[in-house]
Amino acid sequence: MTTPTINRPSGGDRASLPLTTPQLPPIAPALSAGLAVGVAVLAGLLLSWSVVGMAVLAWLLAMVFLPTWSLLLEGRRKAVDRLVTALVWSTFALAMLPLLSLIWQVVAKGAPALSVEFFTYSMRNVIGEGGGIYHAIVGTFLITGLATLISVPIGVLAAIYLVEYSSEGKVAKAVTFLVDVMTGIPSIVAGLFAFALFVLIFGPGIRMGFGGSIALSVLMIPIVVRATEEMLKLVPDELREASYALGVPKWRTIVKVVLPTALSGIVTGITLAIARVAGETAPLLIIAGSATSLNWNPFSERMATLPVFIFSSITEQGRYPEAQTERAWGAALVLIIIVMALNLIARLIGRVFAPKTGR
Amino acid sequence: MAKSIDISDLDIYYGDFLAVQGVNMTVKARSVTAFIGPSGCGKSTVLRSLNRMHEVIPGARVEGKVVVGGQSLYDEGVDPVAVRRQIGMVFQRPNPFPTMSIYENVLAGNRLNAKRMKKDEADSIVERSLKGANLWEEVKDRLGKPGMGLSGGQQQRLCIARAIAVEPQILLMDEPCSALDPISTSAIEDLIHELKDDYTIVIVTHNMQQAARVSEETAFFNLKATGEPGHLVEFNSTSQMFTNPDEEATEAYISGRFG
Repeated sequence: MTTPTINRPSGGDRASLPLTTPQLPPIAPALSAGLAVGVAVLAGLLLSWSVVGMAVLAWLLAMVFLPTWSLLLEGRRKAVDRLVTALVWSTFALAMLPLLSLIWQVVAKGAPALSVEFFTYSMRNVIGEGGGIYHAIVGTFLITGLATLISVPIGVLAAIYLVEYSSEGKVAKAVTFLVDVMTGIPSIVAGLFAFALFVLIFGPGIRMGFGGSIALSVLMIPIVVRATEEMLKLVPDELREASYALGVPKWRTIVKVVLPTALSGIVTGITLAIARVAGETAPLLIIAGSATSLNWNPFSERMATLPVFIFSSITEQGRYPEAQTERAWGAALVLIIIVMALNLIARLIGRVFAPKTGR
Repeated sequence: MAKSIDISDLDIYYGDFLAVQGVNMTVKARSVTAFIGPSGCGKSTVLRSLNRMHEVIPGARVEGKVVVGGQSLYDEGVDPVAVRRQIGMVFQRPNPFPTMSIYENVLAGNRLNAKRMKKDEADSIVERSLKGANLWEEVKDRLGKPGMGLSGGQQQRLCIARAIAVEPQILLMDEPCSALDPISTSAIEDLIHELKDDYTIVIVTHNMQQAARVSEETAFFNLKATGEPGHLVEFNSTSQMFTNPDEEATEAYISGRFG
């Protein structure tokens, strides 16, 4: 057997690599961006381009300037790093652009419509200026609230069945598959389903807010099941075993140990699901219809909701298009605020209910 | 209060896989019995079959007899929940309930079973259990704080306090010190010494010094061969086990010449 020879570097006089290399100044990215914008604006003015053309040119130039500069001074590896960093930042900016411009548009156009009257009056007997969205806010809260009342128990209990009781059998696989399919149901189909159901029961031409709740819960249940399922799976089996070992029956273990541990995640998931369906238009248009008067009874007659209000304000402008459009933007702003508030509440709840680890 | 355990012809399965075969032994009341053996030989599986925790795993089942204080655990009509109320368990990793305070964790066994009790009764159970687990002095000023905020060793003692708060007949410990530092380990070993006056204790351990230190009797489990079920090689008093074992395999394992 030959002993393996180890490749040793010759002697102890290896030159150590320098640890410092030339670096671009920290303002280099800003500098190249500024330079690129300057050149692009100049070229754009000379060739009388649009702002979009200038922006695209500026971006292209910046993507060339910075890496080239870096390549000349810092070497290839850092140049690639700069290029990719710049790409990542610009895609991020591109993704933010529509969001920010949307919020800006809605706030700019919707804010003038907001007034005390806007929040306290319905559209009953209003033609032209004035009127408000009180009836639509009430409708949105009633319909979404009822949808939540229906979907949360069904969704949470289904998830408990899937995680705690099914032991991955055939039924569980079927339920999981159906939930996945339901997640992909277009909202208009959910609306048609609710409409068909209520026509079967109450006869043709039926309109009621509760039908909207049914349609929304068809959309909500799969989200709630999924969110709850994931959260229950995160609860360590050790906690269940600890509870069983104390002689606690399974159902009490689920109610008193598993659910409280997963509660923050479940509540967050539910709130996000509410936020998701609160803006649905198509199903409500079909089954809840639109109305100009306040209706507190979800079990009879048409009921206005914010999304449908926006839709009909834009599509049926009549003789006062300015007033209608302004109210539509105002309602859109209110809807966005409601959804954002729900998201914030979800985060807050998540923090309040989170298992405590502090000392 | 403490009771003995008679195990006869115990076969334990995971689905179709026979994990442990033909265990026969008698665990004495008011003593500490240690289970030793290499990983995967079925020590924990046997331990979990003693309070019907084994069947919590889907597909797992047990054949044979386990008799505790004259009552067979695997007879028809035996409620596993009732069994577990009498035979407590402490796990390898400390697992206090994260949503509960130290106080609530100790009372979990009572509260989760919806047992109604007065405030002073609850207080006295908490104090007695925490004192029993040598944790009272360290936590008495912060009983309302979350149990997860304690150190690993304290959490494990909290789990022991939780287990003894329901006053079981028997205490099963599944490698209770394997996640702990030597100081916490020593605290728990001292605790085991004190607890054996009132409880029958069965402890699984990988640490042979620990088995020698805490137990009166020791059971050595091993696999016959890779892929074969685990079985009980030798069951003897600890002093004999570690000085003059009957089986050669035991001596090989204990002295480090494994296999």
